[in-house]
Amino acid sequence: MNAITETGTAGFLARYAASLGQLPGDSTLRAAAADAFHTLGLPGASRGRRAEAWKYTTLQPLGDLSFGSSGSSRDDILPDAASIPREAAARIVFSGGRYREDLSTSVPGFACFADQPDFGELSWPDRDPMVALNTMLAEDGAILTIPPGHDAGTVFLIHYGFEGISAHPRHMIRLGNGARLTLVEMSHGEGCYLHNPVSEIHVADGAVLTHVRTQTESTAAFHLATIYAAIAAGGTYDSFTLNIGGRIARTEIHTVLDGPGAIVHLNGAQLLTGSQHADFTSVVRHAAPKGTSRQTIKNVLAGRSRGVFQGRIEVARGAQGTDGYQMNRALLLSPDAEIDTKPELEIFADDVKCSHGATVGELDAEQLFYLRSRGIPDSEARSILVRAFLAEALDPVTNDTARGLLEDAVARWWEGQAA
Amino acid sequence: MLEINGLTASIGDKAILKGIDLSVPAGEIHAIMGPNGSGKSTLGYVLAGREDYTVTGGTVTFEGHDMLTMAPEARAAAGLFLAFQAPIELPGVNNANFIRTALNAVRRAHGESELDAVQFLKLARAELKRLAMPDDMLRRNVNVGFSGGEKKRNEVLQMTLLRPRFAVLDETDSGLDIDALKIVADGVNALRGPAFSALVITHHQRLLDHLVPNRVHVLAGGRIVRSGGPELAKELEKNGYGALLAEAA
Repeated sequence: MNAITETGTAGFLARYAASLGQLPGDSTLRAAAADAFHTLGLPGASRGRRAEAWKYTTLQPLGDLSFGSSGSSRDDILPDAASIPREAAARIVFSGGRYREDLSTSVPGFACFADQPDFGELSWPDRDPMVALNTMLAEDGAILTIPPGHDAGTVFLIHYGFEGISAHPRHMIRLGNGARLTLVEMSHGEGCYLHNPVSEIHVADGAVLTHVRTQTESTAAFHLATIYAAIAAGGTYDSFTLNIGGRIARTEIHTVLDGPGAIVHLNGAQLLTGSQHADFTSVVRHAAPKGTSRQTIKNVLAGRSRGVFQGRIEVARGAQGTDGYQMNRALLLSPDAEIDTKPELEIFADDVKCSHGATVGELDAEQLFYLRSRGIPDSEARSILVRAFLAEALDPVTNDTARGLLEDAVARWWEGQAA
Repeated sequence: MLEINGLTASIGDKAILKGIDLSVPAGEIHAIMGPNGSGKSTLGYVLAGREDYTVTGGTVTFEGHDMLTMAPEARAAAGLFLAFQAPIELPGVNNANFIRTALNAVRRAHGESELDAVQFLKLARAELKRLAMPDDMLRRNVNVGFSGGEKKRNEVLQMTLLRPRFAVLDETDSGLDIDALKIVADGVNALRGPAFSALVITHHQRLLDHLVPNRVHVLAGGRIVRSGGPELAKELEKNGYGALLAEAA
C-alpha cells in the first residue's frame, strides 16, 4: 500500500522516488521528467512566476491534496455498468489508470503501455509541468496502431476514476497512410481523484482520425489532459471535446500540420456550473503549405463557473496558402459566471487566411421576446434557447454513435440545471 | 375589444408615440397606414409588450383588462398576436416544436389539455394545406434560411394555429408577390368573425383590397392624424401622404 502523506509537488516526487526501478520504459527519460517537474511544480501551486500557458488556471487546490497511486491493487472497484455504453463493442477500458482486460474487448492493433512502453517523440516534459508529471509516473496506457489503408471503425477508450487515486495514463495512437479510425474517448468516475492523461497522435498521409472526447468526470475530480498530434500530408485530425465534469478541467492540445493539405478540427463545448473551472488551450502549428485548421468552442456557463479558451495559431514561413479559423462563443447563464478568451496569431508566411473571434452574451433579447410573444413563459423560452445553443454546439460531430452519446450527456447536464 | 387612450411611449430618451387614441370594436379590422418612422411598428411592439420600449403614459385595455401590466406571454394567452415585420430566426429550434410549444402554453393558460406531437401535426398539416404552404415548413428551424416571403407565411401559419382574438399584422404584406399576399389575406379572413379583431399595419392599398377594413387610420409623428373608411386608403394611394400631412399640420 501507498504511504505517501506529502501533498502536491512533493507528494508526487515522493511517489516517483518510491517507485524507482518498478515503472516500465526509459528510466533516463523519467529521471529528466522528475527534474523538470521539480523545477516547474504544479502551476499556481508553487512559488515563483506562473507560466503564460497557465495564465487563467491554477492548480492550487490540487496542490493541497495527497493521492495514492493508480488502482493496480483495487481490482475490486468496477466502473458503473452505465459508464460503458452498449455501443462500445470495441473498447479499451482503464479503471484507476490500469488496463482492465476483463472489462475490455479484443481490439486489433492494441497493446498496453505497461507491456510496450512508448513515450513517443512529440511531447515536451521539460516545458509542460503536467506532461512532466505524467512522464515521471506513467504506469499504463493504450498503444493503438492502425495499419496503412485499414479502416478500424469505431473504438472506445474508456477511463474510470475513483476516490483518492491519481492516474497518469500514456496513450499512443498511430494511423498509417490512408488509415481511418473513430476514437471515442470517455472519462468519468466518482469522488476526488486526478486523471492526467498524455496522448500522442500520429496521422500519416491521407489518414483520417475522428477523435470524440466526452469528459464527464466527477465534479470533485481533476482532469488535466494533454494531446500532441502530428498530421502528415492530406491527413485529417477531426476532434471534438465535451467538457462537463471536473472541479478543474484542462484540455491542452498541440497540433502540427506537418504535410501539405493537412486538416485539423479542434471543436468543443464546455458546460459548467457551480464553481467548476474548465480550460481549453490549443496550439495549432501550420508547418506546411495549404493546411486548414478550424476551431469552434462553445461555452455554456452557469453558477459561478469559469470557462477559459486560449487558442494560438502559428504559421511557419513556408506554410503558404494556410487557412486558419478559431471562434470562442460563450453563453453566460448567470451574472457570476466568467469566460476568459485569449486568441493569438503568429504568422510568418504572407499568403495566409487566418481569422479569430469571440462572442460573449446572455440569451438574445429579441429571440426571447419572439418566443414569449407566442405565449411561451419566460423560463420555458430561456430553456428552449439554451437547448438550441447546445444542440448547435454539437453540429460538427457527424458520427451517429458519438453524436448520440454527446446528446445524451448534454441532455443530462441540462436536466441537472433545470432541476 | 381593444381601447387605446393617450398612449405615449419612448425608446431611450426618444419619444415615439405621442398620444395614440384608438378603439377597435370586436369583429372589426382596422388598418394603420403612414409614412416610415411614424411609429407604426412601435405601436405593434408596445401592444405585444416588448421591454425595450417604455410606456410613458396612457392606457391600453384589452377586453376590459389593463394590458400594459401584463407580461408578453400573458398577453398572448389572453388572445393577442403580433405578426412581426422582421420575424426572428431561432437556430437550433425546430419550427413544429416551436409552434406546438406555443400552442400548448396558450392552451394550458386556458385550462385546456395539451396536444401531443401527432395531434399537433395533424392540425398543422391541415392548416398548411389550407394556406397552400409546403410541409417542410414544419421540419425546418424557425425562420432559419427562410426567404422573406416564407418568413411572412410562417407568421400567418402561427397566427392561424394559435387562433388569437386580436391580431396585429406589422407590414406582413411587404415584399410579397400577389399570390403570397392572398395567403396572408386568406389567413386573416379565415379568423374573421364577431369575436376576432385585427390591426393591419401596411403601406399598400393592395392588401386592403383582399382584406376590406372597417376603418383606416393614418399615423404620423406618433399620432393618429386622420381616420376614415376604406376609401381613405384609396385616397392615400392616389395622393400620397403629403397633402394630408400638410392639412393636418
